[in-house]
Amino acid sequence: MMMELLQQYWQQYLWGSPGHWSGLVVTLWLTVASVVLGFALALPLAIMRVSTRPWLAAPVWLFTYFFRGTPLYVQLLICYTGLYSLEAVRATPMLNAFFKDAFNCTLLAFTLNTAAYTTEIFAGAIKATPQGEVEAARAFGMSGFVLYRRIVLPSALRRALPAYSNEVILMLHATTLASTATITDLLKVARNAASDYYLPFVAYGLAALLYLAVTLALVWMFHRAERKWLAHLRPVQPDANRTKP
Amino acid sequence: MEKLLVEDLHKSFGANEVLRGVSLRAAAGDVVSIIGSSGSGKSTLLRCINLLELPDAGRILLDGRELNLTRDRAGRLTASNPNELRKLRTRLAMVFQHFNLWLHLTALENVIEAPIHVLGVPRRDAVARARELLQSVGLSPSVERMYPAHLSGGQQQRVAIARALAMDPEVMLFDEPTSALDPELVGEVLKVMHQLAAEGRTMIVVTHEMSFAREVSNRVLFLHQGRVEEEGPPSDLLVRPRTERLRQFLARSHGGHSGCGGHND
Repeated sequence: MMMELLQQYWQQYLWGSPGHWSGLVVTLWLTVASVVLGFALALPLAIMRVSTRPWLAAPVWLFTYFFRGTPLYVQLLICYTGLYSLEAVRATPMLNAFFKDAFNCTLLAFTLNTAAYTTEIFAGAIKATPQGEVEAARAFGMSGFVLYRRIVLPSALRRALPAYSNEVILMLHATTLASTATITDLLKVARNAASDYYLPFVAYGLAALLYLAVTLALVWMFHRAERKWLAHLRPVQPDANRTKP
Repeated sequence: MEKLLVEDLHKSFGANEVLRGVSLRAAAGDVVSIIGSSGSGKSTLLRCINLLELPDAGRILLDGRELNLTRDRAGRLTASNPNELRKLRTRLAMVFQHFNLWLHLTALENVIEAPIHVLGVPRRDAVARARELLQSVGLSPSVERMYPAHLSGGQQQRVAIARALAMDPEVMLFDEPTSALDPELVGEVLKVMHQLAAEGRTMIVVTHEMSFAREVSNRVLFLHQGRVEEEGPPSDLLVRPRTERLRQFLARSHGGHSGCGGHND
């Protein structure tokens, strides 16, 4: 029975068919798109979040408070069913077209959610930039954009890497919620297979293995990234390689 | 004409008046040491020169050109024109007590950073000059690729000096450059500073190292509670202090440090 399940469903688990993508490919696409868009949003938002000007910092604080203060599932429901039920949305042609599509709604909810968490991660990292480094940069004539781009952000993003890698992995697993919004992601395929063959352990077990494999790839990727970008924090080598002038 | 003139600086932190009308002048090639006990305002004075601290009153003139200052909302004096401030800061280079190297950059990258991104020097020229400078402060070429966290304090401070030199500054400001170093490492940094003085660089040095003040500087300012108590050549000031306060300070410094000659070459 297990072999039949595999034979019938393996393709759907992995990628489905052109025009009817499903499974792992959909999960990956959802994860990558929401993480990339969330990152792009979070960078300017984090800079605003640490600003001393209240009119910049307060709206961002409100945004992160809302999206971290409500469950992702609730955000998804509001995006997917809630917003579409509003008269104002249905009346506007662009909004109507956007929220009609399940994938758009899901992507929007995920993107805003990861953007909120990432903003807080980056804001914390920016605040933790050593004051001395910023002072030295100012003393050498740097300010504003140059200061941020050359000193603050490189320092902060490196510092944020371990926490951010966590967030990305969590996002991967959070995409399982998309299955409740009629998106045929990996979990949806597993559910279909389970109900089809009455083999829940096999069906969900396969899904679990695939999530594990992707997580392993992510962890490896971030390990390489940390090797490169956190090289400056590696402990001092107490061996012959350390030269004395 | 003086290279640097700072006139009548006042600075308070809340209720605490740290600088009560301090003036400082330096001609080209002068090495001015600023000494005094903690809280006397030495570092604040130095940091006001490049506006890392915003004074409450006073004037700053470099090469006879005055920096235009306006009052900000908090009542402190800040540069009227950010470009003018940037230009001023590129002509004054600072070396900090805690080095303040950019930790995510290697030693070489630290030295080329400001020339490339503030002065617009082409990368190849900046790298070549940086290599010369790192060598001139006594660092071996292998140090270039190392990150500050993997260098000793003395090495880090010398990278910081090279970083300052890379800007080709007209005046160098040193804020207690050896205070954070182990005694064995103080010598290597002092040696570099001797060299710079011998080359004719204009240096303003806040220091606790009386040996440096005595042997290298040609003028010493003694600050006490925000005012210049005494000012003059070290042969005068440090040997024949005129005020009781300076006498006490010197007595304490002699007893406190393990001998006044700190440099282990």
